[in-house]
Amino acid sequence: MVTQAPERPVAAAAPPPPRRRRGLPALWPYLLVIPTVAGAAYLLFYPLIRSVIISFQHFRTGELIRGGAAFVGLENYHEALGSAEFWAVVRRTLVWTGVNVVLIMVISTLVALMVARLGKRLRLAVLAGLVLTWATPVLAATTIFQWLFQSKLGVVNWLLTSVGFTQFDGYTWFANGTATFAIMVLLVVWQSVPFAALTLYAGLTTIPQELFEAARIDGATGWQVFRDVTFPMLRPLFGLITSLEIIWVFKCFAQIWAISQGGPDGATTTLPVYAYQVAQSLHKYDLGSAISTLTVLILLVVLVPHLRRMYKHEGADK
Amino acid sequence: MTIRRLPITLAALSVLVVSVFPVYWMVVTAFKPTRDIQADTPQFLPLHPTLDHFATAIGSDGFALFWRNSLLVSLGAVVFSLIVALLAAFAVARMRWRGRKAFILMVFIAQMAPWEALLIPMFIIARDTGMLDKLSMLTLIYFMSTLPFTIVTLRGFLAAIPEELEEAAQMDGASRSAAFRKVVLPLLAPGLMSTSLFGFITAWNEFAFANALIIKNQDDRTLPVWLSSFSNVFGTDWGATMAAATLFMLPVLLIFLILQRRVTSGIIAGAVKG
Repeated sequence: MVTQAPERPVAAAAPPPPRRRRGLPALWPYLLVIPTVAGAAYLLFYPLIRSVIISFQHFRTGELIRGGAAFVGLENYHEALGSAEFWAVVRRTLVWTGVNVVLIMVISTLVALMVARLGKRLRLAVLAGLVLTWATPVLAATTIFQWLFQSKLGVVNWLLTSVGFTQFDGYTWFANGTATFAIMVLLVVWQSVPFAALTLYAGLTTIPQELFEAARIDGATGWQVFRDVTFPMLRPLFGLITSLEIIWVFKCFAQIWAISQGGPDGATTTLPVYAYQVAQSLHKYDLGSAISTLTVLILLVVLVPHLRRMYKHEGADK
Repeated sequence: MTIRRLPITLAALSVLVVSVFPVYWMVVTAFKPTRDIQADTPQFLPLHPTLDHFATAIGSDGFALFWRNSLLVSLGAVVFSLIVALLAAFAVARMRWRGRKAFILMVFIAQMAPWEALLIPMFIIARDTGMLDKLSMLTLIYFMSTLPFTIVTLRGFLAAIPEELEEAAQMDGASRSAAFRKVVLPLLAPGLMSTSLFGFITAWNEFAFANALIIKNQDDRTLPVWLSSFSNVFGTDWGATMAAATLFMLPVLLIFLILQRRVTSGIIAGAVKG
């Protein structure tokens, strides 16, 4: 999926009743799903398979124009895995994902807990603010952040300068790798917290109040209540949101490409950006496809222990 | 308000400021005259509101064209995916057939498809089939990226409509398709509405494929790609850039306002399930 909005968990439907209608031709259901199957075959599975095939071929500009790409076995994978640059990008992608997901989860948990304790009017205001942030299109947000951090007229530099950090007077954030990386993190966290916080808050409201009261009567501190009541109750929800955020942050492309195209000096080049650069700028479609395949595999490797822990806990609860 | 409530109130206010300020600053900048934008001390209120920047943005080269393109691509994808999803959702929610479980599983897997990894093969397939630089290729991609979600949601809405209603209509002599049109479709309308609006937002905001597949024919660009190249269009005219961003965000914001109640109830339903 392309944005976050439609990916919220959707209530699963009940299975259909076992009855069969009289006189209904058995062919009908198959006819009804043909368009879906055909669309998925041509627009999803074919490109996926094509990408894997290209990753085993020699596919550069010549092959793109003339066709007739030759198979070269694992050569592209050897080239990718053998380059120091690839491993630097992998490390950067893992740092990128770790930093973002930890910040997103900590901040949204705090925001959700806070919202639950607010009075009605302030709570509605904060929820509306979060929805506004959530509704902001990615490309509008990238443009806004470039304006906020603009060197001469940007409001961030003005604020930092006026509270005493005069070194930020006219500071060009996007010329420095670490600074650009930091802005990207801010942007992605800003965009991702609303979904996580709203979902966690919705989950919080489903916990019976009696549990909190009982804990408080037993003299539990705020932290103990969270650790022993709130967190265990919401563990499946935490697990779900964390995995969704890992996926979104890991494969995040539009924000980075629109602001820095992976620069300056590759400081914001994560795996999806790297694969695209290699394919589109260097015309190494073969190597780019190999990196794309490796990206999906690495994401799976990152997710699997997390998913296993999630299922183990759910299994243990039952 | 007691002193004890002060820390949490302050925390709430800072969350509010951090979430709202960037969008507020975009809108305020768009309405400020250039003189105020370039003032040494930022002005946090638009003291001399002007529509000049909106005029610049709307009058800029191709603006109407890119709006039309974005609208065409998004609407096309949504209508297409709604029709296809409705057929599939009906088969899944109302019929029993061999392969139904496998089909549902396929839809769930398709929902998690690694779209970012498909940029390169899509580019090559589009090039091979003469679909590069074509809005129809984008429409197809957006159709497919919204389809799984649309099927899953519509199936949920359909399953919530009692089958007895259709059966009653059929007993009264209506054909199966007439029963569907006259009984189920009206009840399904709110579901169709919110599902298609979410799909519309997805397509409207998409950047990566629009950026990768529309290369030579600049007239076929969509709004997000155009906005990403604002420095080529407006240079350092931040007022016009922010006006353009505001105009781009406007439809999405309107949709969120329409859907507001559904968004929140959807989250709660999802959270309870999750």
